[in-house]
Amino acid sequence: MALSTEDIKKIAHLARIEVSDSDAAATLSKLTGILGLIEQMQAVNTDGIVPMSHSQDVVQRLRDDVVTKTNQREAFQKISPAIGNGSEARAVDGGLYLVPKVIE
Amino acid sequence: MINSSLKTLAQMLANKEISSVELTQTFLNRIDAYNPVINAYIALDHEKTLAQAKAADVRIAAGNATPLTGIPIAQKDIFCAEGWKTTCGSKMLENFIAPYDAHVITQFDHAGAVNLGKTNMDEFAMGSSNETSYFGGVKNPWDFTRVPGGSSGGSAAAVAARLCAAATGTDTGGSIRQPASLCGFTGLKPTYGVVSRYGMIAFASSLDQAGPMAKSAEDCALMMNVMAGFDERDSTSLNRDKEDYTRDLNKPLQGLRVGLPKEFFADGLDAGVATVIEDAIAEYKKLGAEIVEISLPNTSLSIPVYYVLAPAEASSNLSRYDGVRYGHRASEYTDLMDMYCKSRAEGFGAEVKRRILIGTYVLSAGYYDAYYLKAQQIRRLIAQDFEEAFKKCDVIMGPAAPSTAFKAGEKVDDPVAMYLQDIYTISTNLAGLPGMSVPAGFATSADGKPLPVGLQIIGNYFDEARMLNVAHQYQQVTDWHAQAPTLDKPEGNA
Repeated sequence: MALSTEDIKKIAHLARIEVSDSDAAATLSKLTGILGLIEQMQAVNTDGIVPMSHSQDVVQRLRDDVVTKTNQREAFQKISPAIGNGSEARAVDGGLYLVPKVIE
Repeated sequence: MINSSLKTLAQMLANKEISSVELTQTFLNRIDAYNPVINAYIALDHEKTLAQAKAADVRIAAGNATPLTGIPIAQKDIFCAEGWKTTCGSKMLENFIAPYDAHVITQFDHAGAVNLGKTNMDEFAMGSSNETSYFGGVKNPWDFTRVPGGSSGGSAAAVAARLCAAATGTDTGGSIRQPASLCGFTGLKPTYGVVSRYGMIAFASSLDQAGPMAKSAEDCALMMNVMAGFDERDSTSLNRDKEDYTRDLNKPLQGLRVGLPKEFFADGLDAGVATVIEDAIAEYKKLGAEIVEISLPNTSLSIPVYYVLAPAEASSNLSRYDGVRYGHRASEYTDLMDMYCKSRAEGFGAEVKRRILIGTYVLSAGYYDAYYLKAQQIRRLIAQDFEEAFKKCDVIMGPAAPSTAFKAGEKVDDPVAMYLQDIYTISTNLAGLPGMSVPAGFATSADGKPLPVGLQIIGNYFDEARMLNVAHQYQQVTDWHAQAPTLDKPEGNA
């Protein structure tokens, strides 16, 4: 289960975080230490133990299927980031968010 | 006045001995004087703060005051507060002005409390020293060369340095209790589901819980009366009757069964801390408590389990920061994928990235059973340890942190050493139980500084009122909680 810098780059890509080669090497040594710590779990026999995802055994509440929120698009879009690539304008237009072209 | 209890301040406000504006201004003056050195606050807005204080004075004059009306409270910068910069200690949210209020903020607003400002914290609450904050570290008011603990380090320093009347924090693995121990004040992490997480920026959703950080158990109880309660906007909020957390404060402790887990007094505990905790236990015996030896055999596994589950949840929660709708967007990029990758690489700090990567790895195809599922199974074993223990005792006691405050920079390059700071606190988050840290004395550091030590009190589910009672009775016969650091007068003190 020893990781390589290539693994780090693959995981970083899955997580959508750019890493340089030197970052990947530094991250590798830190992550190896943390995974070593995590490895202690493997010594425990957990056969038949029901996994616990939440501390209280409660079920998801349901509510009536009615509108509870009002449209706050303007307030929410006021905090949109700048477009980038030389433009300081907000990355919104006509109520839509602006991103690089996805479909040619 | 800066050392007064919340109850005393409320009386002074009610008797018109002081106005909320005067009280608030007193704290703002202290913040202006000391914050440039201590760095407890990330965002301040005197105008907004004083407007709330004025409104509180009107409310008090009209006779509609609640116990916290007009009281200046520091809010951890993890809570969205409408119109306030809400950064979560990250460059990612450096320019994020929250468009709505967290439930906790709404509750304080309804109570008429005054928001003094937003406090510094480890980035996205990931850290135990406040050193991962994009906005810089926070100084421990007892010794400026040391850390205040984390992740609620700014709130911790603000309470200890008397830069607020009380503060809020959040605790995912110990982020209220460890800083409370390192800075010498009272902090409570409630049972999971008691305080709404709505508008509280998510780190590890099945563990995150907000709670009070204050000068005494009584103050924490008054804060809990405001913070706790059902909120339908948080799907994990528990629908329970409203409680008065002050109701049991004055009950005697005769016959209280105190469980001491032997694993909390084993290797890794600083000798000076151990002595202070033993003295505190002796004090409880004098108060009529009965000591029971218990065992929490899976304690050492809580750290590996936590460092699977918390990063896994974090990697999912933090996927929302993509540079599209809010938060940091890279200034230069080629295509959409490059925009995501660069925005996240630039917006997140090293520790946050490490945890996202760990989380992504343990959740990736082929590893799920070996890591995530295994961790969830051991999580149940840890919860069962507590269930067994509470058959023999009413509360569990031990240290809140393995050492006193450490030097800034000491552990910042060694994540594993930093993670061990939470060895005594993490298991309660995994089990969903409430835990407190209560000042219990001082241990002298190698360089001769007396540094605060916190006694941890762990209760059964929904036993917060009893824990506050247990802490309050101790605070009636000791004065550790009332001790405050002597701050060097800064240049040009107001």
